[in-house]
Amino acid sequence: MALAKAIVLTGNGTNCEMEAAHACRVAGFDEVRIAHISELLYGEVRLDDFHFLNLTGGFLDGDDLGSAKAQANRLKYARTSGNGEHLVDQILRFINDGKLILGVCNGFQLMVKMGLLPALGGSYLDQSATLTFNDCGRFQDRWVYLKCNPDSPSVFTKGINGGIYLPIRHGEGKFLVDSDAVLAKIESLNLSVLKYSDADYAAPIMDFPLNPNGSTNAIAGLCDESGRLMGLMPHPEAFLHRTNHPRWTRESLPEEGDGLILFRNAAEYVRSNLL
Amino acid sequence: MAHRIEISLKEQVRDARGERIRREIEDFLHLSVASVRTIDVYSIDAELSQEQLEIIASEPLCDRIIQTYSIDKSAELDFDYLVEVGFRPGVTDNVGRTAREAIEYVTGCPLRDGEGVYTSVLYLLKGDLAAADVEKIATGLLCNTLIQRYRVVDFATFRSGGAKPLGVPKVTAESQPTVREIDLNVTDEELLAISRDGVLALTLEEMKIIQAYFQDSAVVAERKKLGLSEYPTDVELEALAQTWSEHCKHKIFSAHIDYHDENGNREEIRSLFKTCIQGATKKVREQLGERDFCLSVFKDNAGVIKFNDKNSLVFKVETHNSPSALDPYGGALTGIVGVNRDPFGTGMGAKLIFNTDVFCFASPFYDKTLPARLLHPRRIYEGVVEGVEHGGNKSGIPTVNGSLVFDDRFAGKPLVFCGTAGFMPAIINGEPSHLKNIYPGDLIVMTGGRIGKDGIHGATFSSEELSESSPVSAVQIGDPITQKRMTDFLIRARDRGLYNFITDNGAGGLSSSVGEMAKECGGCKLDLAKAPLKYSGLAPWEILISEAQERMSLAVPPAKIDEFLTLARKMGVEATVLGEFTDSGFFHILYNDKTVASLPIDFLHEGLPPMQLRGVWELKKHPEPRPVVKPDYTDDLLELLSSLNICSKESVVRRYDHEVQGGSVVKPFIGIENDGPSDAAVLRPDLESFEGVVVSHGICPRYSDIDTYHMMANAIDEGLRGYVAVGGSLDLVAGLDNFCWCDPVQSDKTPDGEYKTAQLVRANKSLYDYCVAFNVPLISGKDSMKNDFYDGVTKISIPPTVLFSVIGKMDDVRKAVTMDAKRPGDIVYLLGKTAFELGGSEYSALKGFIGNRVPRVDAESALKRYRAYHEAVEKGLVVSCHDLSDGGLAVAVAETAFAGGLGLNIDLQRVLFAGVPCDRRDEVLLFSESASRLLVTVRPEQCELFEEVMGENCFSRIGTVTEETLVTITGIDGTVVLRGALTDFKEAWQSPLREL
Repeated sequence: MALAKAIVLTGNGTNCEMEAAHACRVAGFDEVRIAHISELLYGEVRLDDFHFLNLTGGFLDGDDLGSAKAQANRLKYARTSGNGEHLVDQILRFINDGKLILGVCNGFQLMVKMGLLPALGGSYLDQSATLTFNDCGRFQDRWVYLKCNPDSPSVFTKGINGGIYLPIRHGEGKFLVDSDAVLAKIESLNLSVLKYSDADYAAPIMDFPLNPNGSTNAIAGLCDESGRLMGLMPHPEAFLHRTNHPRWTRESLPEEGDGLILFRNAAEYVRSNLL
Repeated sequence: MAHRIEISLKEQVRDARGERIRREIEDFLHLSVASVRTIDVYSIDAELSQEQLEIIASEPLCDRIIQTYSIDKSAELDFDYLVEVGFRPGVTDNVGRTAREAIEYVTGCPLRDGEGVYTSVLYLLKGDLAAADVEKIATGLLCNTLIQRYRVVDFATFRSGGAKPLGVPKVTAESQPTVREIDLNVTDEELLAISRDGVLALTLEEMKIIQAYFQDSAVVAERKKLGLSEYPTDVELEALAQTWSEHCKHKIFSAHIDYHDENGNREEIRSLFKTCIQGATKKVREQLGERDFCLSVFKDNAGVIKFNDKNSLVFKVETHNSPSALDPYGGALTGIVGVNRDPFGTGMGAKLIFNTDVFCFASPFYDKTLPARLLHPRRIYEGVVEGVEHGGNKSGIPTVNGSLVFDDRFAGKPLVFCGTAGFMPAIINGEPSHLKNIYPGDLIVMTGGRIGKDGIHGATFSSEELSESSPVSAVQIGDPITQKRMTDFLIRARDRGLYNFITDNGAGGLSSSVGEMAKECGGCKLDLAKAPLKYSGLAPWEILISEAQERMSLAVPPAKIDEFLTLARKMGVEATVLGEFTDSGFFHILYNDKTVASLPIDFLHEGLPPMQLRGVWELKKHPEPRPVVKPDYTDDLLELLSSLNICSKESVVRRYDHEVQGGSVVKPFIGIENDGPSDAAVLRPDLESFEGVVVSHGICPRYSDIDTYHMMANAIDEGLRGYVAVGGSLDLVAGLDNFCWCDPVQSDKTPDGEYKTAQLVRANKSLYDYCVAFNVPLISGKDSMKNDFYDGVTKISIPPTVLFSVIGKMDDVRKAVTMDAKRPGDIVYLLGKTAFELGGSEYSALKGFIGNRVPRVDAESALKRYRAYHEAVEKGLVVSCHDLSDGGLAVAVAETAFAGGLGLNIDLQRVLFAGVPCDRRDEVLLFSESASRLLVTVRPEQCELFEEVMGENCFSRIGTVTEETLVTITGIDGTVVLRGALTDFKEAWQSPLREL
């Protein structure tokens, strides 16, 4: 039987690779590889051998030039030894092959700044949005309610009923777009998968702390038109078990955390479509 | 001429950084500014084409959605004054480093030697400001002149083109590196001058020992063979000063102390460290017998205990006080990334699983005048909090536990405690991971960052009090990303068995790390010229003792060196062979193959005779407040909830990532609105298992004003109490002590040294007594003994402070207990007895008293109670539990209630009291800080079982959880003595530091 394979890319400041890999395993991926970017650059690991790419949270290059900027630059210009192709070309091939990419937090920032999201009209590498400093001016670690758009094409959020509850941990999570046209497109195509909301997942919220960063239209997560690429500021891999929930000692909760569904959907998609 | 790229935010984009600066100008300096906009500047001192510059500016440096760029010309700017702030030469510039790498990716080739990228920030100020105001803003807020430079330009000058740029802060070599010889055949005064002028921090006695060594004819003859004269080189003198510094040698803790107690009894103590600290652990390990879980204590960079058969737990807590006083941001950042390297450099190296932080500051609202050199406590608060935020968050290590302690004496020196735990497989490549050996012939390898002038004399400088002339170079700025790259690499190298030994380069740099390693195998031979430098021009002695950050030293067997270096190169980590370990018996240092130092290992490490100290204890009598009896104490509780030591620290805690790595179980803030204060942290280091690590701490410097013996006892109890409250097991729990003292060495500057020494002795005796009684081994610790400020006029000494950190295990995290009331109708129990112990309490402080009745800890009864309570937790009988500490019962009741969003009805008549009847007053029962007490809620149907498990231990039902959102406390005469709404209590508790 063919194996469903996930890869978690690390190095230069990513730091959620262990729990992201754990999420993939629990979700049903047969093989999960934590790969250091140097392994890609030296041709020891190739994206082509995987179905699901995880760009995890962290502080790539310390967020020194703005979050994930230096990594976007590295992926664009660095060449792999051997055939000398740019890493970004491997990523584009990965996308063209119909595979899945999930960017979380710093990974989301990276996708947006590389132009992988929202990539309107399939124009990958064309940046039309960004994520910048929270309105409160500070890094925040707090839990947020995320209303899920049931009409979104995202393959990751299928079956989410109402919304999910996850932690955010970032200083640069405020979503901004290049123009009103871009925003209109995002909304009309239902690409804004997750929005910061009230506890009942009834309506998007713009006020701190429920909306922790002041994101445009309360956007917390975004997908491309294919639904196979998605990014979000909150951390699904940080809520895999009920004991991760801040109120697990006082509420009766299912054993499995809200974040796991994204990885389960990814595994399900790979099995149904890519194997 | 360097190229200058300016990155500005587009006009309509909110400048969060600028807005924050504007607020801070108002808050700190009380100046009103209309607006502040900021611009990032990259000065690129490299040969690049116009086309390359265009790509660099527009792609990696600029986010075109929100920013614009300009190259080699200033954008149209609108301001009244401009302040530009950049680094001084040689100061770590992390953003500059990342920009340099980005440029190298674009051009496809590395920058040439001497080329570089330097960053600065432009602040554009608008408002009705005078030039003097702007100068004040520049030096009082924007620029720390120790590490940064600035320029101020008014708009007219800017428009006329008359403003000179800052220029690139390139380090230029002043002279060829040379080695000096120092003639020590001089008078005592001159010897002291050599020590003082060189920041060697060596005493006359120590200088004379060195003098005598170099006068020995056998030594002179031996030196001749190596081409060394009879005079020590500067390299040798610096190595000795570093090795013998208080910071590295712990002379006070090793001293022989002639101790006199209050009854005139005399005792000779030979090393507090050996007798009290190591002694306690030895005794506890004997008591534990077969259940002993200590694997490596007091011999490595951190302590190691067994977690289970598969994994070991590593823990260390450090302080970084002196650097944080000078540069709060850089000092604290370096503190956290520095302590990360301790567990990382323990055994064969551990994966880092959490950080803890405890800060002691003066009030951020301090409004008295301070000596010139001292930064305002608010600036220290902001800088330290941000430094630890960047250090911890960027390293991907959750910050799970900590506290802020306030006392205005910490204006003299803030205390910045940073702790890190690690987790490592018990067996790596077939060998126990906590053991390591060096063999002669192993290569000395340094990995990570390069060496610069940063952090020179850190070890010796922190061994002296802070003064006007504290050296600039002692400050470093950490670089968490360089360190993360290095640790990513080293963990892989560890698992492949590529090295034999690893240790951290911390205080004292290579001199300390290689010096300590050389002790393991009996010698080393190291060539300083091989060390990679940030810039040329460092003298050999500077290379040896520089504390430039992000470096580890390793012993790599020659057979593995190629694989080690190849892996390093692939992962973008610098690794350099500096020499080899030997069994020559000598610390042998060369520079370009020429010997520049040769010191016997024995002399280096054992040549210093113990210091002699005298301690005389006297119990000081403080004015005792008059007993208060009044009908209502609600306002006192509100005031206590708003006191700095009790109020919510959520605004700080939310800035720390406490959930990364995915194993968070009990978070710092919990309860119905995620904002109640946890007693301790619980996390799962292994996501495949439900076994958890529990961590907490105790710290109560206020009690030191009465008796450090009880301060220590209460700190230990507080740490254990929080640990036990959440469900920590008493069968696998260890402690760590961090002593921060004011200088106890009697001198003209410290006329009360004998009392301070006695305070130290008392604290250590208590540490021994209570660790043994609680059966808690100490596994590591640290002391920082010179926490004073003295500028010749004003002396500020911190209160003697010990942070007692507790680490242990719970077998199943699903049984963890949090402190929030959970359900109306639950029964409230108070475990433990309350006594008239308001001495040193928060309540007494509020009333302007210290008092004398300091809480006393009865370890034997406490331990029994904790054990019974733990059994109740194991049986699932406990719904919530909150420990009683600062502010006593009243504060614990209020916190339990508002965290749960439920009311509590409490009856003081039912509180167990220990003492004479006349002392049993509402005031005492409400606010006394008697130790070892826990406030527990239990479901009514489980009360019988709970009481059965608690058995003979003292506990009592004192109330119920209610649906009302009120706290009501009935006094001993049956009338209500305290009543208030949860929202009012919570607001009082949350408001003081909310906006900071």
